[in-house]
Amino acid sequence: MSVATGEESAKVPLWNNPKVRAIVSQALLIAFLAWAFWTIFQNTVHNLEQRKIASGFDFLSTTAGFGINQVLFLDYTEESSYGTAFLVGLINTLVLSGIGIVCATILGFIVGIMRLSKNWVIAKLAAGYVEIFRNIPLLLQIIVWYKAVLGPLPGPRQSISLGSFFLNNRGLYSPKPIFADAWWFVVAAFFLAIIASFILAKWARKRLDETGQPFPVFLTSLGMIIGLPLVVYFLAGMPVHLDYPALKGFNFRGGMRIIPEFIAMLLALSIYTATFIAEIVRAGIQSVSYGQTEAALALGLTRGQMLRFVVVPQAMRVIIPPLTSQYLNLTKNSSLAVAIAYPDLVAVGGIILNQSGQAIEIIGLWMLVYLSISLGTSAFMNWYNAKMKLVER
Amino acid sequence: MTRKSHETSFFRTEMLPPKPPPPATTGVLGWMRKHLFSDWLNTILTFIGIYIIWLIVSSFVQFALIDAVWSGADRKACLPHDGIEVGACWAFVHAKFNQFMYGFYPRALQWRVNLTYIVGILLLVPMLIPKLPYKRLNGILLLVVFPIFAYLMLYGAPSLGLDKVETTKWGGLLLTLVIAITGIVTSLPLGVLLALGRQSKMPIVRLVSVIFIEFWRGVPLITVLFMSSVMLPLFLPEGVTLDKVVRPLVGVALFSAAYMAEVVRGGLQAIPKGQYEGAMALGLSYWQMMRFIILPQALKLVIPGIVNTFIGLFKDTSLVSIIGLMDLLGIVQSSLADAKWATPTTAPTAYLFLAMIYWTFCFSMSRYSIFMENLLHTGHKR
Repeated sequence: MSVATGEESAKVPLWNNPKVRAIVSQALLIAFLAWAFWTIFQNTVHNLEQRKIASGFDFLSTTAGFGINQVLFLDYTEESSYGTAFLVGLINTLVLSGIGIVCATILGFIVGIMRLSKNWVIAKLAAGYVEIFRNIPLLLQIIVWYKAVLGPLPGPRQSISLGSFFLNNRGLYSPKPIFADAWWFVVAAFFLAIIASFILAKWARKRLDETGQPFPVFLTSLGMIIGLPLVVYFLAGMPVHLDYPALKGFNFRGGMRIIPEFIAMLLALSIYTATFIAEIVRAGIQSVSYGQTEAALALGLTRGQMLRFVVVPQAMRVIIPPLTSQYLNLTKNSSLAVAIAYPDLVAVGGIILNQSGQAIEIIGLWMLVYLSISLGTSAFMNWYNAKMKLVER
Repeated sequence: MTRKSHETSFFRTEMLPPKPPPPATTGVLGWMRKHLFSDWLNTILTFIGIYIIWLIVSSFVQFALIDAVWSGADRKACLPHDGIEVGACWAFVHAKFNQFMYGFYPRALQWRVNLTYIVGILLLVPMLIPKLPYKRLNGILLLVVFPIFAYLMLYGAPSLGLDKVETTKWGGLLLTLVIAITGIVTSLPLGVLLALGRQSKMPIVRLVSVIFIEFWRGVPLITVLFMSSVMLPLFLPEGVTLDKVVRPLVGVALFSAAYMAEVVRGGLQAIPKGQYEGAMALGLSYWQMMRFIILPQALKLVIPGIVNTFIGLFKDTSLVSIIGLMDLLGIVQSSLADAKWATPTTAPTAYLFLAMIYWTFCFSMSRYSIFMENLLHTGHKR
């Protein structure tokens, strides 16, 4: 029989042999791609020569010559280079996304839990919020916050004030903490407390396994993380004082100014992303079957223990993967800042692109930055999924 | 034992007064007790919730209906006068309505746009109703014949007696729909091909698909649009120019194809291996197997996901306004610069109008997706 099939397969014409076909079609694909890239490359080189655009990244050290209205952590003036401007944009993107992720998560979890509330009014309120804000384009929401809500605010002299916070059409002015040198002791104490809590948790776990004696790790750690820096803070002679904003002439002096573009972006991004997070949280909690809750209560766990040891760990396994992809979406959506000129990576890059004409390099840099963020996050996700996978026996 | 206990037992000689009936657990009152006032915390939450809803609804009605200005020739009608607050300036939307819908499409030729809409709706509605027959013919008409018809109608063909209308004159809702529908129609087949490529046994095909999908999914759409409007002209041979509307279309199509591919892959992975093996045992070729056995089942499974991708795509079309196209958002933004209509409430009104249009489209799509989900889940619902 095997001989027969061997003879038969020899009779199969070459173009019907799956192996040959696979090799040929893949070779054709490679040839096509190579041809396409080569043509694009040739055309681009030719077009750049025609337009007299030099390629390469030398332009990054050229003087930028434009101001940026939010510079964090770096020294940037109009005399700085394009490279520095680009870095300022990158930092602004990361700061906006980071704060946005925190706000969206808090709001999203609250709304997600509200949607599951037994209280009909609360559940419907949350559902209405999700349905309205999820179905309106983010760009429109950003523009509305910026132009229709923050734009018509009164000028600095008629600011809306809340204690030492002042909101006006130039942004939000708040007290600025000024740190003396001794502040570093407080920071060090904080990190020391975190490390100590980890060690404590490990020790308590070991003791629980060996003797069955529980230890209130959470409360002790919390006390340590808050208490230790506080003690050091007072011992170091309170090395922080606040610089309050004060109205001088037509504008505020001192304090910290948060530009309206940032506020608009933060509001729009967190409100929009929170709708998706709320749905993820709701699905995650609903995915834990009610039998788990009943069984936990039947075992004599308290409600808090049931949530902490039974429901939340199972819900988190469902929640975290889509949650990370929402974080990624938020980071990518922060690029819409270009519409209201918040100086993020894309907005600053756009100015550089218009001034220098280095389209390919700028767009390449954008893609590089966003791709590394995305691929880094997916790598983390794969690691997390592997770690959290149900261990089946 | 029994006797003794009998002797010490207590016997009631008269009836107790009747107890009040237990609180209702059914009916309106029972429902309210359970869902609104089950304990004091819930009662407080209910009242806070009702108060918030009242605040939102009443201020919305006040702004959009009661204080609204419905007609007027210019900004004077919408300015606050005699100390009376003025709400939404619908007169502005009314004056600009034609522009919002068609952009700068010549008025005399707008019947062509309307005819395209009508034909599109006539083909789309029977496609969406699952019970109606002739889905294959309908699909071919909608996905192959209709785009050609729409192109001829909208862009014009002098040989057929239809005057040309340059794409620079397209705008408003028309342009938004053109971009969204082109994106939808091209991204679906492209996404299916990419998904098949990612599942393929040929390593190079798989690698190319994975790189393509991960690249487009990893970058924000706005950089893709910048790329298609700034870089694409550099890629083309000298003398070949792409229309200003077609350039972002290429970007949008490739971008959404990558997302579509991931949705379709989910469907392909959900098909049991026996289906593949059965098809191969019947002697079907790869393409026959995909066309007759796998894809019909896989696509059906992921209809909700596909519709969700469409919703995302529809919302994302608003981004083309950043690269200077006059889509719905772009044209409303530019019409706000009109000094003839500069009032404090013009911008909020225009944005409210925009939000309602986008919301209606996206919300109906999401409802349809839920409807299909319920329809398809009848077999294996827990």
